Amino acid sequence: MAASIFAAVPRAPPVAVFKLTADFREDGDSRKVNLGVGAYRTDEGQPWVLPVVKKVEQMIANDNSLNHEYLPILGLPEFRANASRIALGDDSPAIKENRVGGVQSLGGTGALRIGAEFLRRWYNGNNNTATPIYVSAPSWENHNSVFMDAGFKDIRTYHYWDAARRGLDLQGLLNDLEHAPEFSIFILHACAHNPTGTDPTPEQWKQIASVMKRRNLFPFFDSAYQGFASGSLDKDAWAVRYFVSEGFELFCAQSFSKNFGLYNERVGNLTVVGKDADNVQRVLSQMEKIVRTTWSNPPSQGARIVATTLASPQLFDEWYGNVKTMADRVLLMRSELRSRLEALGTPGTWNHITEQIGMFSFTGLNPKQVEYMVKEKHIYLMASGRINMCGLTTKNLDYVAKSIHEAVTKIQ
Amino acid sequence: SSWWSHVEMGPPDPILGVTEAYKRDTNSKKMNLGVGAYRDDNGKPYVLNCVRKAEAMIASKKMDKEYLPIGGLADFTRAAAELALGENSEAFKSKRFVTVQGISGTGSLRIGGNFLQRFFKASRDVYLPKPSWGNHTPIFRDAGMQLQAYRYYDPKTCSLDFSGAMDDISKIPEKSIILLHACAHNPTGVDPRQEQWKELAAIVKKRNLLVFFDMAYQGFASGDINRDAWAVRHFIDQGINIILAQSFAKNMGLYGERVGAFTVICSDADEAKRVESQLKILIRPMYSNPPVNGARIASMILNTPDLRKEWLTEVKGMADRIISMRTQLVSNLKKEGSSHNWQHITDQIGMFCFTGLKPEQVERLIKEFSVYMTKDGRISVAGVTSGNVGYLAHAIHQVTK
Repeated sequence: MAASIFAAVPRAPPVAVFKLTADFREDGDSRKVNLGVGAYRTDEGQPWVLPVVKKVEQMIANDNSLNHEYLPILGLPEFRANASRIALGDDSPAIKENRVGGVQSLGGTGALRIGAEFLRRWYNGNNNTATPIYVSAPSWENHNSVFMDAGFKDIRTYHYWDAARRGLDLQGLLNDLEHAPEFSIFILHACAHNPTGTDPTPEQWKQIASVMKRRNLFPFFDSAYQGFASGSLDKDAWAVRYFVSEGFELFCAQSFSKNFGLYNERVGNLTVVGKDADNVQRVLSQMEKIVRTTWSNPPSQGARIVATTLASPQLFDEWYGNVKTMADRVLLMRSELRSRLEALGTPGTWNHITEQIGMFSFTGLNPKQVEYMVKEKHIYLMASGRINMCGLTTKNLDYVAKSIHEAVTKIQ
Repeated sequence: SSWWSHVEMGPPDPILGVTEAYKRDTNSKKMNLGVGAYRDDNGKPYVLNCVRKAEAMIASKKMDKEYLPIGGLADFTRAAAELALGENSEAFKSKRFVTVQGISGTGSLRIGGNFLQRFFKASRDVYLPKPSWGNHTPIFRDAGMQLQAYRYYDPKTCSLDFSGAMDDISKIPEKSIILLHACAHNPTGVDPRQEQWKELAAIVKKRNLLVFFDMAYQGFASGDINRDAWAVRHFIDQGINIILAQSFAKNMGLYGERVGAFTVICSDADEAKRVESQLKILIRPMYSNPPVNGARIASMILNTPDLRKEWLTEVKGMADRIISMRTQLVSNLKKEGSSHNWQHITDQIGMFCFTGLKPEQVERLIKEFSVYMTKDGRISVAGVTSGNVGYLAHAIHQVTK
């Protein structure tokens, strides 16, 4: 038999964050803690299906008028409209002016990919793969791959995390904006920056927007944690809404994985804000063509759950309460971890633990200290020092704090 | 001014356009023979009983919503592979294959196209049958491949142009990619007979072509899942390491849940692992990991003996109804007094039928009789019921006599 055509296919390295969880699962040590992958956990360390989601799923199951027919290519209309409304606000002038569109997508990733594919075809000329894409340093590692696989050839970083000060490198960021080629695309984290947990303040966002407007840079927001970050939908959407109020045309990739706990249903929405309805209509018609060759039409279950919830004032309130439960637990774990480290006298400053926001915290642990945590203490976190606050519970806080203390004092 | 001033309005989807026009029509006798989704004899969407049961079982287990692995639900992908390859398959038993969950047929084809673009350096050319499903071309194009064609459908006989196909395929450059519809060819409904499949397998092997099977109708075509997978299994038995896209949209009625699978038959288990690792690298920047709901339903059905039995009965029921409508359409056309040969309607198989009607005739059917189909004369037999088959025959006779 002839040699296989795939004989030369090399084995690809595993995606780091999933390998971490795989290693955690295989670890037999009873003290083990998983501070890796970004999914919410209860104080018992368990996944949490939101009570409102259970309720709505039951409603869907009992509704015999529902079937499994194809959704339209762009998705469930009630989902798209409600999702965009959540991002932009009930009183959004852009929605009133009918210049907002939505593309239901497979999670935040899917929304980013559809947006990237559209931009490569239609932004800054036609099929302009040379348009620079700016991704924050650091960022979610999949951002690079999404834009690369969409065909963009020039993916750069912009200054973001100041490791020495453990905060936002605003000057570096503004500098990069000033010097980026005109029309460059910037991936902005709407809130709860992944992995640093460090967001610009409203004043800082104003400065960012001002430079972007003057230099004709395109804002592509990644909004994966609306509501989950601060507990307030409006607060977490402030940056996106500000940019809209400043007259920007923009994309916002929304994920409902975390704030609805619908991780595996793949619920996302690409919100498109344009100058007017006509532009948005033409954009959506081209989005359809892209969707048709990627997944034809999106999955219905998750969209139905979200649409039903957002459309009902009562269910919406219940959902808001569930979101706040999650956000509050994370805030509690932040303050508890910080106070323990300060009580232990762990070298360094730890106020960043409570100043950072969202699911993740950039602890500041270096790779050697991280290795110590994983190998000696069976506490699994990313090599970058990123921890998922949701992995902390009242039961493991002491152990984690003591372990961090050991790592910092023993390893340099 | 806007970033998007130069963005053109995309052309309307031809098939959706048919449904839009149908919806606007006020004629009570109107028929929608456009879209390819199964309808029961009352013209209604059909949720399979085994699906409802599986859903109830899943609900009672109170499962979580944690991310699936990138490659999807393992119980589902394993069952999907076994369904396609057969439980006695050497390739399946020796684990020299990889199956990843895909977003129904489209998503599975796209993963395949992207995989070929990245790792199949021998050729950029994908050969499609003439005609093929309209979405094949843009899928492979967007994946970065080029499209070619081989003769397939003979409009003079409304059946397979076998000699034309063999002639064209024998001239395809070695190591090109050839796409074959495993069963129930879309849009023509024309499938090769088993003897013809044997010759096709021999010629593609001789030409050293990479075979990409699209199987969207296993079980739905003949009513027998093994019969519908015969070609796929025969090719593998002949030592042809195929790649395969499966859809569960039609045969399980799970259209909107997006259930599919992409399989690569490899030389050995190690190669399969390497290929799997690369498929994950392709999937992660597309949508990270696939949706769980439909995969859980399909898995529950395939892996629960009682449900699987029920499913086989229901899918046969759907196939039988389609076959029955074909038969009734032909007999009604005879009753109308049509002198044309309509044998192709019963010779063809699956959801679609290439009637042989010309565009002018199709236009008359739409305008004068409110019978909606695509311009190429393709009808979705699923839209025919015992209640409207007589009217359809009457209408067709009027425009063809």
